[in-house]
Amino acid sequence: MSDIINLTLSVLIDKIKKKELSSQEITSAYIARAEKSKDLNTYITTDFENAIEKAKKFDEKGNFDYKLPGVPLAVKDLFCTNNLKTTAGSKILSNFIPSYESTVTQHLWDEGAILLGKLNCDEFAMGSSNETSFFGNVESPVGKKVVPGGSSGGSASALAAKLTPATIGTDTGGSIRQPASFTGTVGLKPTYGSCSRYGIVAFASSLDQAGPMTQDVSDAALMLDVISKYDTKDSTSVNFKRGDYFKSLSSNIKGKKIGIPKEYRVDGMPKEIESLWQDGITLLKKLGAKIIDISLPHTKYALPAYYIVAPAEASSNLARYDGVKYGYRSEGENLISMYENTRSEGFGDEVKRRIMIGTYVLSSGYYDAYYLKAQKIRRLIKNDFDEAYKSVDALLTPSTPSSAFKIGDKTDDPVSMYLNDIFTVPVNLSGLPAISIPAGKDKNNYPLGLQLIGKAFEEQNLLNISYSMEKELNFKNNLQDWWIE
Amino acid sequence: MSIDLKTIKHIAKLSRISIDEKKAKELEKDLNSIFEFIEALNKVDTKKVDPLTSIAETSLKLRGDEVKTKNIREQILKNSPDENKDFFVVPKVVE
Repeated sequence: MSDIINLTLSVLIDKIKKKELSSQEITSAYIARAEKSKDLNTYITTDFENAIEKAKKFDEKGNFDYKLPGVPLAVKDLFCTNNLKTTAGSKILSNFIPSYESTVTQHLWDEGAILLGKLNCDEFAMGSSNETSFFGNVESPVGKKVVPGGSSGGSASALAAKLTPATIGTDTGGSIRQPASFTGTVGLKPTYGSCSRYGIVAFASSLDQAGPMTQDVSDAALMLDVISKYDTKDSTSVNFKRGDYFKSLSSNIKGKKIGIPKEYRVDGMPKEIESLWQDGITLLKKLGAKIIDISLPHTKYALPAYYIVAPAEASSNLARYDGVKYGYRSEGENLISMYENTRSEGFGDEVKRRIMIGTYVLSSGYYDAYYLKAQKIRRLIKNDFDEAYKSVDALLTPSTPSSAFKIGDKTDDPVSMYLNDIFTVPVNLSGLPAISIPAGKDKNNYPLGLQLIGKAFEEQNLLNISYSMEKELNFKNNLQDWWIE
Repeated sequence: MSIDLKTIKHIAKLSRISIDEKKAKELEKDLNSIFEFIEALNKVDTKKVDPLTSIAETSLKLRGDEVKTKNIREQILKNSPDENKDFFVVPKVVE
């Protein structure tokens, strides 16, 4: 059984197809491990009984040609799942049972995957450490009382702890890549418009994008094959010709031009991140890539612009939670006080802060000074990337400015928490694809990630570069299972 | 610039979030530190820059206005916080 959970997704699928392993054996192995890993607090809702039932059915008469034949998967609790509680990590949705399925999770089930349950995340995906969830902090398997990153913290922790062979998260400002970096896993944010947003609890609609979180790059390509599809239910879904990502993986990157943006060398960056980046550059050269120094001059304005755009969109998206049609309701003496009490009790502090920022920047008299200004900055940031891509194929940067920190270390100061996303946010503002791959460890043995940023809709290129690096990096988490009961 | 307590209470009202005096003061501190950070944007000259309103920058596609799902009244009312099978219920709004 311990063998099963050590297999990557693609190997697992191979063994199912060859009938060396049954869906029931695999599903039971992951459930047994999850039952012993409750201390990590990765799950908000489990659906284990149904999962076993579905695995049994798959073994009896499943289609082995599917891309995810009988594979059990847990997903971030931001994806609506038909008839299974979907909370977005919030008290306000703590009793919400959707009557529809998100498009991307539907794609998983259509390819034979089996839902294990819903994974913890920061409330409405707002956070960088999984400390804003109504359902409690998530612990990272990389160390006791260490945050897994956020907002897809439950997903990252469950994946690294081998409670699911792969998972999906969402990334609005780094919520896939930063937790992947913190937990020694692979996280891919696809180009905006690749994966449908239909049925995903909305945070900031012009930035939100779902993507795979996996043990290695091949698995990410495989998952992307399943979830990246045009969808008429999402008006911003883009109908471009998608690649056959898994099959087309190639580790030949000779002659690829990789840009190194000097603005990502920020003040106070730990030495170990600096040398991780340098080692990445050396490795790419060894693999035959050409390294080119480039400049993205508006990088430092990305985070402040993000903290206008994202809260503004959040404040309007979250206006729907009023206690009338679904979700938590508090009483009030009239309609307005019912709304106010419901939202005051139903939302946590970080969500309230962001709603307030958003409401302020959109309020009468301030729109031009803040929201319009931020959108103009967003244009400048995107122009920087467009300019860079005239001379390079992709960019290499660190994924995060530090390694994982302890629970409680940054909760008192919102701005220091926001700075976690300094290297990931420009990508969301520009709609570009980016991937974080594990590349080394810090002095505490916590993982560190490198980020590759690609051109829009050129995920294959990004996957190939990371695939070739991964082979050489040969990163191993080597976790000691200290959390197992 | 700084956001005073009166403004905080006004934003809370607009956001339909009730806050007490203690919470208002906390938010005053937090929002001011966040806006201090945001003010960095003022250093950038954006007079000649067009705002980026959408990444795709194409016009939204039109589709026929067709009914695709029917008879889902029960499903829709199922999550209603009030135990009423026929309607969504809110506190009385007319005298």
